[in-house]
Amino acid sequence: MFFTVSLYLALAVFAIGTVYKIATWFTRKVGVTGREFTPVQRAGAAVRGIFGVLFSARVIPLIRALILDVLLQLRIAKEDRLRWVMHMLIFYGFILLFFMHAMEKFITVKLFPGYFSTLNPFFYLRDIFGLMVIAGVGIAVFRRFILKVPRMLTNAMDIYTIVIVAVIILSGFLLEGVKMSSYTEFTDMVEEYSFIYDEEELLALESYWVAGYGTVSPNVKAPFDEEILQMGYEAHDMYCSGCHSPNKSAFVGYAAAKAMGPMALALDRVNGATVLYYLHFLACFIGLAYLPFSKMFHMFSSSFSLLANAVMDPETSLPANIATRQALELDACTHCGTCSLRCSVAVAYEANGNPMTLPGEKVGFLKAYAAGKSLSPEAMRAIREGIYLCTNCDRCTVVCPVGIRLKELWLSVRDPIAAVADGGPVLLPLSPFSLFRGLNRHRLPADSYEQPANNALAAMATAFPMVQETEALIPITPMDKNFKTRAANDPLGSSTFANCFACENCTTVCPVVNAYENPQETVGLLPHQIMRSLGLGLKDLALGAPMLWACLTCYQCQEHCPQGVKVTDVLYELKNMAAKDVAAGS
Amino acid sequence: MKFALFLGCNIPARVPQYELSARAVLARLEVELTDIRQFNCCGYPLRNTDQKTALLFAAHNLALAQQEELDILTLCQCCFGTLKKAAHLLAADARLRNEVNAFLQKENLQYDGNTEVKHLLSVLHKDIGEAAIKETLQASFKDLNIAAHYGCHALRPSDIMQFDDPVAPSLVDKLVALTGAKNIEWSQKLECCGAPMTGVNDDLSMRLTAAKLANAKNAGAAYLSVACPWCQLQFDVVQKQMEAEGRSDADLPSILYPQLLGLAMGIPGEKLGLALNEKDLSGIYNFIAQ
Repeated sequence: MFFTVSLYLALAVFAIGTVYKIATWFTRKVGVTGREFTPVQRAGAAVRGIFGVLFSARVIPLIRALILDVLLQLRIAKEDRLRWVMHMLIFYGFILLFFMHAMEKFITVKLFPGYFSTLNPFFYLRDIFGLMVIAGVGIAVFRRFILKVPRMLTNAMDIYTIVIVAVIILSGFLLEGVKMSSYTEFTDMVEEYSFIYDEEELLALESYWVAGYGTVSPNVKAPFDEEILQMGYEAHDMYCSGCHSPNKSAFVGYAAAKAMGPMALALDRVNGATVLYYLHFLACFIGLAYLPFSKMFHMFSSSFSLLANAVMDPETSLPANIATRQALELDACTHCGTCSLRCSVAVAYEANGNPMTLPGEKVGFLKAYAAGKSLSPEAMRAIREGIYLCTNCDRCTVVCPVGIRLKELWLSVRDPIAAVADGGPVLLPLSPFSLFRGLNRHRLPADSYEQPANNALAAMATAFPMVQETEALIPITPMDKNFKTRAANDPLGSSTFANCFACENCTTVCPVVNAYENPQETVGLLPHQIMRSLGLGLKDLALGAPMLWACLTCYQCQEHCPQGVKVTDVLYELKNMAAKDVAAGS
Repeated sequence: MKFALFLGCNIPARVPQYELSARAVLARLEVELTDIRQFNCCGYPLRNTDQKTALLFAAHNLALAQQEELDILTLCQCCFGTLKKAAHLLAADARLRNEVNAFLQKENLQYDGNTEVKHLLSVLHKDIGEAAIKETLQASFKDLNIAAHYGCHALRPSDIMQFDDPVAPSLVDKLVALTGAKNIEWSQKLECCGAPMTGVNDDLSMRLTAAKLANAKNAGAAYLSVACPWCQLQFDVVQKQMEAEGRSDADLPSILYPQLLGLAMGIPGEKLGLALNEKDLSGIYNFIAQ
């Protein structure tokens, strides 16, 4: 009764959860791609897209992806053999257990009329499948906690997933072992399946089971007479062996029975088998009910992602389907860390510790973001920086084992996230990290395109008003010797600015200056003026010049300085100082 | 001759024709290339706001090359500039090197300051040499006017880059001339392409690009020749944008130097990724002398 009720409850939660999760693929908007479509339009487009594939030549790449990517998981193998072994063991072990063992009434019995769970090959197969899963879980733990694959971070969901799978399988093995050793279990079977009324014969059978089947009896103990065992064997042969293969064939359970041998009688008294039975099926039901909300849902979402990846193309697919796919992809991510391992800017994470630099962590953030969860200003700042600290090298997309087109995801979310201003300044939009957005300007909403750079300048202007308003009135300040000293002593900077005698060569050759009729209107201070301002310790001027952020770093100025002032390097240094001051002041 | 090939971030993602053509050409010249998968961004885009972390990016790459006992060959001039500057700083400053090594040690890496960083063009001209290249040529261009674009970070700062005379360079012109193409003289030859401002200040970036394109066109160029993914993206993808927005009518396609050289070596255009350009390059076949 309890079993049935909890099973149906778990199934109901699973069904509702699955419907809910799939619904979110059509309702959630990830970045700019999803903006203009309603859920109904997206569902309609999905149906059209799926039929369009199924009844066209594109069904061939679809089947190919199903076999190579979903069933053989070769994308994992390509990146990491050990991980592939791990995943294949868990995946196939679990799937086979599910169909043969959990669904025995509906599947195995129908396929094999002579099926008994205690009969070989089913008896030993169950153990083999379970052992596959446990071995896979062992590799998972080894990779995460001993091998420590670089930048593979572990979150609560990763731990839950490992724990739930481990509990299901280990409780199963313990249950099997306890049942093998249990005297109650033995007597129940004798009552149910045999017709032994002779006390001596019963003891003989019992002895036979104690000797070779791991049963622990309160009545008999090894060693036994050969004669008694022979008698026991005859009874066994008559009543038991027809539907019970030797316990040794279920080798893991048998080992567990042997290991628990000394405690078997005590365990039997406290009904150990029943307790483990509840633990086992409840763990399964909890896993089932929670599946749609957990990482385990990737068995569906990642498969769909891989299939979509085989037939979709950002250039030709319906835009509504791309929006849907991006919502699906957030669920498809398994937090495996492959992208973070291969990320081109991962050094920034190692140096500065912002996990939002890593693509795998960004996806985790995006899940919460797309679900509309409110986020702290600190979390927003971390992601705003992380989302911009990306060279768009596409390596994450190339290596993703579940075929997530991360590069499209980044393009889609970068603008709305970078356009937010709270949480403190992010100055990266004023760097060449902006190249990719510039190249894709036509794919981004025009109204917010300049927002990230403008936000950065506005943040800068709170400390250095000139950067936004070249005519801004700034208070007269005396020479800031500290500023000068700081600039002169930076190991990555250059103290050569002191040699400047304002000949203006740098300004004359500057292509930025030459691009404007009245350059000071736009760039504020000209390069030679910046050098002199620094020489005079005028921090507001030197750090506030818009010129800093219009500098191409073409090194013409530095090359043409007759005094050996490393003008471009000094400009780099000033930009760094301004960025540091603004970040510290926020 | 063997190098660790440093592709950087733009080439694999956006300028694959550069990788294709460079590998094809270098294979003909019997240069061996090793790919180091752990190479990361050179650090260039981070220099504006955080030079220190940018240096760690570069040092990580230098240390990986050192581990393989190889010098680095870059295709990108911005990678070239950043890595070479970092190598220079780390060779000169032991204290800085110790600081960097403390960081690298987390990944069991170390940098001693001896890795050389070279750009494709200097490998072609200095390490291989005009004579050796000539031996591999099978075709020659005729009446093809090329505007050789040098690119900033190969030339400057010249004390570190040691690439060519920064004021009157001739290296790229000589390499172009090898193919039979004619170098035109144009006043903006040594100027920046504008790419570093793309996405930051598009107006400024396009002003610079428009000026360069018009200048080369007026000087009689049929194509630009470049050897940097940033420049190529600017002259190719951004030029297309500019045309769509009415900001340029120069219609001056840009060809990557290894594509030009590859054609002169008789390598088919498909193997050089000629069709991967946004702007059509197919007209260049008309200039190959029969």
